[in-house]
Amino acid sequence: MSNATLSNETVHRVSFLDKASLHIPILRVLQADGTTYENAVLPVIDQDLAAKIYDTCVFTRVLDERMLGAQRQGRISFYMTCTGEEAAIIGSTAALDKGDVILAQYREHAALRYRGFTTEQFMNQMFSNEKDLGKGRQMPIHYGSKALNYHTISSPLATQIPQATGVAYGQKLKGERNVTICYFGEGAASEGDFHAGLNMASVLKAPVIFFCRNNGYAISTPTEEQYAGNGIASRGVGYGMHTIRVDGNDMLAVLAATQQARAYALENNAPVLIEAMTYRLGAHSSSDDPSGYRSKDEEAKWQQHDPVKRFKLWLINKGWLNEADDVKTHEQYREEVLAAVKVAEKLPVPRLDEIIEDVLDKPTAVLKKQLKDLKEHINKYPKAYPKSAGRL
Amino acid sequence: MAQMNMLHAINEALSIAMKADERMVVFGEDVGHFGGVFRATSGLQEQFGRDRCFNTPLTEQGIAGFANGLASHGMTPVAEIQFADYIFPAFDQIVNEAAKFRYRSGNEFNVGGLTFRTPYGGGIAGGHYHSQSPEAYFTQTPGLKVVVPRNPEQAKGLLLAAIRDPNPVIFFEPKRLYRASVGEVPEGDYQIELGKADVVKHGTDITVLAWGAQMEIVEKACVMAEKEGISCEIIDLRTLSPWDIDTVAKSVKKTGRLVINHEAPLTGGFAGEIAATIQQECFLHLESPINRVCGLDTPYPLIHEKEYMPDELKTFEAIKATMAF
Repeated sequence: MSNATLSNETVHRVSFLDKASLHIPILRVLQADGTTYENAVLPVIDQDLAAKIYDTCVFTRVLDERMLGAQRQGRISFYMTCTGEEAAIIGSTAALDKGDVILAQYREHAALRYRGFTTEQFMNQMFSNEKDLGKGRQMPIHYGSKALNYHTISSPLATQIPQATGVAYGQKLKGERNVTICYFGEGAASEGDFHAGLNMASVLKAPVIFFCRNNGYAISTPTEEQYAGNGIASRGVGYGMHTIRVDGNDMLAVLAATQQARAYALENNAPVLIEAMTYRLGAHSSSDDPSGYRSKDEEAKWQQHDPVKRFKLWLINKGWLNEADDVKTHEQYREEVLAAVKVAEKLPVPRLDEIIEDVLDKPTAVLKKQLKDLKEHINKYPKAYPKSAGRL
Repeated sequence: MAQMNMLHAINEALSIAMKADERMVVFGEDVGHFGGVFRATSGLQEQFGRDRCFNTPLTEQGIAGFANGLASHGMTPVAEIQFADYIFPAFDQIVNEAAKFRYRSGNEFNVGGLTFRTPYGGGIAGGHYHSQSPEAYFTQTPGLKVVVPRNPEQAKGLLLAAIRDPNPVIFFEPKRLYRASVGEVPEGDYQIELGKADVVKHGTDITVLAWGAQMEIVEKACVMAEKEGISCEIIDLRTLSPWDIDTVAKSVKKTGRLVINHEAPLTGGFAGEIAATIQQECFLHLESPINRVCGLDTPYPLIHEKEYMPDELKTFEAIKATMAF
């Protein structure tokens, strides 16, 4: 559309548009009681897919509960839960092909689990042991897996957004029949990288799904202090992008929206923006205490909208789940997580030699000299460096 | 005098400065009602209102650009960047804008009223993105002042001076000392002059130079060295840009030896600049090469943090090696 044809209507008196000018409905499929809305169009889902989605929900709940506990006991240094956002994360990932690339923010470990990251792999990363794919270099929950097409997490916010556009453009040029999904929060959408990434994706026609978890808070900052417009979805339209707002606590709505977004992105080599309205039930991280900025009443209200409970009711209504099996699965995962913790925390940390690997493709002469000097120093004071002294 | 930690001292400095200057505003991510993720701005919104202490949307480049605009219009913005690791989206606004506002306009405009506060440094199990010491990116930029305090008393006096300095200042706060460093802090309003190093201990054999959180590290190393009969003179540089060449050169002319310690990687670190200048100023007085004890030339690693850091043992060894040269 050239500038000459942008407006198909001419007016002759001043008239401003405002945020109410844009009508953005929210997609809901599943009701609180686990039944679907009349006339709701369901996603493509069979019993196997439903079981895998629910299994990932249960695992994630158990993992979050146990590992937050482990952090409180001082066994790991840091943790982040995704409690309350499981439908947004798992429902969207479940709509994808395994070859689709995921660039996440940091609260999407449920997506990685859905892809097949093992309990042991989660533990190895959190305990920074010698089996951690990231070689112990990053804080807990900064997972990544080339095999599962899940980019390694970077703490700085929104940096993954323009990267996702680049990945997707590469997929297009290579002729792959895959898309990229990029997760971020409504806070990260305030960063300049958000604008850069979405605008470039639209202009350059990249098959990328931008998935915003609008969970109400960026650490302590509520959405009222984050943006004044009509959420994040209104911006997608501004970038000329297919856009939808969904109930992020509605597994079936998220799944349906993402399935169609994927098909559209692939067929049209074009981006899609999904804004999932949800709520961060837990603290921002194990370093945060939400009692300083929000009420227990507010949290309790959102507990009523628990996305996992809602999906579970649907499964029970369908006859695809029963309480006894559900209790058993919870128990099994609790035991599995606890056992994996006990193994992972006993494994040694990566060898000191790893410290200079991967800075560049090969360590420079300067780095080799720094490592040699460091080893000599540690040999002189082995007690001061217990993690590495015994294994130089 | 009152006993307090560094966060409390910083909070007090902000409060005093806001009382004295009604044009001063404090903002950044989570700094409003919540008081910042480290609570440095606690109570300021209650005390001064939402117009003067407030949350911004989550955008460092926005925060820095907004601060430039406020300062160019005669306000006194004190902006918090939540972690120094997250200052890079603001790099353009700081390096190309704040630092050049005065020069490029022939002093038609300036942003001298602005101060950036940002927690920096390691030792908190923060990995790559909650541990970096990016001061040298900014010391290489003419037009900025760069300040790093070592304890609560210094933090309060230096921050008050930074806020009132007629130039843009980046104030790096050593976050591992936020609660760990507790000390006597003078009451009321006082300033510590920027651009002046502080000789914290006099000695005759060797000069040991650091700043910020590494001051307590070099002090420990010097206690070890003194036990071996080495008399150390310890200097806190305090302001990295512009830095106090005279005080450092005077000390090195006396001792003939210099060890510099910083957390940032060795290559391209600010110690290189100090070493080059001091060998120029003190060449005929030097008894040994200037020694640097720094972070490794790697990203900041989580699990090998202890090995990476330029700790007191590495500093002690460097002091001995410099003496034995």
